[in-house]
Formats: sequence, structure tokens, C-alpha cells
Amino acid sequence: MQEPITSLRAGASAQVIALLGPGSSFQRKLRTMGIREGVRIKVVAVHPFAGPLVVEIGGRQITLGRGIARKIMVRAED
Amino acid sequence: MKRIVLMGNPNIGKSVVFSRLTGAEVITSNYPGTTVDFSRGRACLEDERVEIIDAPGTYSLQPTNRAEEVAVEMLRWADLIINVVDATNLERNLFLTLELLEERKPMILALNMWDEAERSGIEIDKKALEEHLDLPVVSTIALTGEGIKELVEKLHEARTPADLKALSEEEKWIDIGWISKEVQKVSHRHPGLADRLSEATIKPFTGTPIALMVIFSTFWTVRLIGEGLIAHLFEPLFELYRPLAIKVSAALGPGMLHDLLIGKIIDGNIDYVQSMGLLTTGIYVPLGMVLPYIVGFYLALSLLEDSGYLPRLATLSDNLFHRLGMHGHAIVPLFLGLGCNVPGALSTRNLETRKQRFIAATLLGLAVPCTAKSAMIFGVLGSYGQGYVFLVFAALALVYVAAGLVLNKAVRGESPEIFLEIPPYRRPGFLTILKKTWMRIRWFLAEAIPFLFLGVLLVNVLYTVGFMEWIARIFSPFFEWWLAIPGEAVVALLVGFFRKDLAVGMLLPLGLNAGQMVVATTVLSLYFPCVATFAVLVKELGMRDTLKSAAVMAVTALLVGGAMRMALIG
Repeated sequence: MQEPITSLRAGASAQVIALLGPGSSFQRKLRTMGIREGVRIKVVAVHPFAGPLVVEIGGRQITLGRGIARKIMVRAED
Repeated sequence: MKRIVLMGNPNIGKSVVFSRLTGAEVITSNYPGTTVDFSRGRACLEDERVEIIDAPGTYSLQPTNRAEEVAVEMLRWADLIINVVDATNLERNLFLTLELLEERKPMILALNMWDEAERSGIEIDKKALEEHLDLPVVSTIALTGEGIKELVEKLHEARTPADLKALSEEEKWIDIGWISKEVQKVSHRHPGLADRLSEATIKPFTGTPIALMVIFSTFWTVRLIGEGLIAHLFEPLFELYRPLAIKVSAALGPGMLHDLLIGKIIDGNIDYVQSMGLLTTGIYVPLGMVLPYIVGFYLALSLLEDSGYLPRLATLSDNLFHRLGMHGHAIVPLFLGLGCNVPGALSTRNLETRKQRFIAATLLGLAVPCTAKSAMIFGVLGSYGQGYVFLVFAALALVYVAAGLVLNKAVRGESPEIFLEIPPYRRPGFLTILKKTWMRIRWFLAEAIPFLFLGVLLVNVLYTVGFMEWIARIFSPFFEWWLAIPGEAVVALLVGFFRKDLAVGMLLPLGLNAGQMVVATTVLSLYFPCVATFAVLVKELGMRDTLKSAAVMAVTALLVGGAMRMALIG
């Protein structure tokens, strides 16, 4: 099942399925930071009050705003 | 002369490689976006004089902010590219590498942070990578200098790959996936102390109290170092200097030259703060009042920068900054601005849109007190009691937030969300920190002292020609009516345009009461940044936006000053 990464809890892992969102430049930015279809992604922290998410990809942490995170579709792993 | 440009992703050590190659000193830190402008240096490599350019980091050749625009611009001037690549993050870095190849310029690859890659269980087959890319590849550890010699020796092998076809973005990613699978072996590694610390400092519930503690202890350290240096070093030095200054004063006798060099004699003695002579106040304010805190501040800042803590702080504070029309990365201009507004204003280049840069720069000039401003606030209000000092800083913090909320609504444009890479924690190097602090101190001395001398000179000239009395008379009615402070305080505002710290000597002799002094100090902090910051704002925002920004500052200063007058004086 596909869901945006924002619906995962902190500590959960998932696989990136698709990047939604406007234009190729937005998706390029995600990909050049390591967020690409197929990679494993872990949610490290979810900041309250619609704050940013911290995710981990290939041992590197990245902070992303909630709106950006909503465009990352993932399949949760258990 | 051949031009060599260093290109690579942010925060992978390009500037360290640059200093290694040229011997030039540049500021380096452990967070993405330290370099916002290019630096150039010359070197003699392999008996050839070359020019080396250090470009800001970028993830791709389609820039998303002004710092990245500079990087892409630099590429046009390159005769040869050194593509610095983060060995701990090969896959992601290769995208820029493939884009750079399509520029068809001779290129060489430096796999930097080789030691960190080895430690984290990453093995890269250099030979295989060389074959896949058809480029010379060198492994480097720029921090220790390892591999730099080999990089230099191999520069002449830099080349454009023989069969190179332009790839679409998708094809590039497929290529990258394939290459990294072929050349790289990653063995799993258990999370260590650094990883656990990293998690604890970035999660909201553990990270927030830690952040408050870090900020508190930072300022506590700055004060400790500053006050210690003043009490044990600078005050004694200036007391040693006093007899000499008095001799000069006696030798000169009364007259114009005495007024200019020594200034007023107060109660039969030289008053370093109020005398207003080039050889008294002109030296004492920058060296005796501000420099000690500059030393303390930049030592503490270097620790925050080099450990990698700032991006965590940016994450934790993102929520607040987002409401002010920026995002967490705006913590960098704010922190740099507490030292000096000039580097603070330059670092707004890491923000993506005009709206974000305008708000960040305006709030910076308005409500972020640089060390000189802070020294002024302490110098003027310290004798009235610490409570009043706190009142001014609290007012500034409140103005920062309130003005941000308003500007977020009022300024048109986009405010994209935070998208920031968090670097691993690194142990700051003792020597690196000392060197960096020393560079910034030298820069402060070179910038501050000329402006301070100009300020002192201006004060003396304007007093002599009677301009000060004239302007004080004109403004008196307005100042007394609106702010309940005497018109002479306008003189401090004028002088504050050159150096805020100089205003201490102008305000102290006025004999204001505590409430008036708080109002005067707050207005003086808010109304305008110094002339050096103004020049940078014009460069970064353009004339139109700078004037708008200045209007916001002036109006806010008068409104806040009026409100504080009501609250404190009645």
C-alpha cells in the first residue's frame, strides 16, 4: 500500500515508491539529496505543530518541511 | 593563467581542499552553505602558475538559491575542474559529476573524506571508478592534507572522457546506480555514540531542552571569556597606556589638535568612553570594549559551526522561523549576525527566495544586535542594573518575532520549506578553531577601526562647526514629545550610523534616567544597522529592497520607542 511518508511514526522504515509534486526541479532536488524511487528511508523524528520531518537515507539525515514530505510516497516495512 | 575551479556538493570540504592547494585562509565549517561566494587564490602547482577558484557547494547545475547560482557561474570560467566528491556519500555526489562531465572540460575527481568513509565501512574501488568514468580519481583527506600532493601530481591527467553521450536525468540515475554498485562495498555498521547523540539532539522532546542548554551555555561562555579578558588583560593594558596619553595631552596643550586626538578632559582625567579623541575613545571602544567579546563569541561560534550542531538547531527552530516567513536555515544569518551583521547578511544567500532573503536581512539589521551593539547596550545600561540590560534584549527578541510575523503577511512571494542535509557530528579541531577565530578577529579589526576613527572624526568636526547643536535643536521637540529623551540623543543616532558602540560616549554624558536610557538604547539598536551592513544589504537585496528594508527599520524603531516610552516613562 502506498502512503505519504508523513503518515509514518518516528522510528518507522519504508521504501520510496514515488515522488509526487510539481515540476522536475522539485523532484531533481529530492533525488540529488538521495531521496529516490526504490531507496530505503527511515523516519528519525517528527516535529510537532506541522513541523519538519527528519529522515535518514543511506546513513545520512535530512530535514524536510512537512509539505515536501507529503509528496514522498512510500510503502511501509515492518 | 590556467583557471582551476573546485566544484562539488555542499559541506564536503571544498574550502579545506582550497586552503590546502593555495595556502589561502578561508572560513570552513561543518554545515552546508558555509561558502556563499567564490574565493580565488593563486598557487604554483607543478611549476605552473594557476588560479584556483573555490565555488559554493551545489547539488546540481540547476541552481535553487543564490549561492548555487554563483557556483554555476564560476563553472563558465573554468579551464579545469576538480570535482570534490564526498566518499561517504558517493551515489548522491555522482549526479553532479555526470552533469559536470557534460560541460566537456578537463576534470579530475577528488574522493574526499576518505578516512570517514573507511571508518563507516565504505570501500570504494578507485581503479574501477576511474575506468567507469574515464577520469583520474584521487582519494584525499583534506583536513590532514593526505592525498593533496597526489591530486596536484595528477592534475595534468585531467581529461574529458573519450566517448561521452548526453544523458537524460533518468538515464543518469540509472548509470549512477550501476556505477556505485560496481565500485562500492558497504558493510553494515552498528550505530555508535555519535549516532545516538545525533538522534537525541534532533528529536523534538530531547532536542529542545538540549538546544536551550547549548544556547544558554554559549552566551554564558561568551560573557565569561569577554569579562575575563577585560578584567585581566585589556583594562590593565589601558591603565598602562594612560600615563602616556596624559603626557601627549599635556604636550599638545588645549586646541583643535588636542580635541581631535585626546578629546575632552573630564574631571581632570581622560575618560576612555566619553573623551571622544582618536587616541582615547577611538582606540578604547574597539579594543577595550568590543574585542574581548568578539574573541569570546567567535570561539563559541566556531565550536557550534565545526561540531555540526547548527543544522540540528535549524531543524528544531524551523517551526518558529517558518511562521516568520523563513525556514530553519535562517538560524545561520541570525547566529553569524550576533557577531557582526555583515557576514550575517551575506549568509542570507542560502535562502531560496527573495521574500525569505528580504525578511531575514531586515530582521537582522533591525533586531539582531552585533557584538558592537551588545557592547553598547551593556556599556550604557550596565551601571543602571542588569534588569535594564535584559529589558532591551527582551525587546529586541520580541521585535524580531513580531516584525517577522507581520512581514510574513506583508511581503509577497513564496517561502519554501526547509530542505537541509544534517552532517554527521565531527570533533572540532583545536588549531582550526583558533585559526578561524584569529581570521575573524583580524577582519573585525580591519573593518571596525577605520569606521570608528571616521566616527570619532565626524563627531569632532560636527561639534566644532556647531552642526551638532543645530541638529539637536531641530530634533529636540520631536524627540522630547515622542520619546521623552533630550534632542542631544539624536547625535548618538547620527554617530551610530558609523559605529553603534561609539554611541555609549554620546549617551552617557546626557545624564538620562534609567527609563530614558532604555528607550534611547532600544531606538539606537533598532533604527538602522551600521554603514558597513547597509552596503552589504544594497549588494544583496538591491537598492529598492534595501530602502524598503530601511523604512521598515525606521518605522519600527519609532513605534517601539514610543511604546516603551509609554510603558517606562509615562
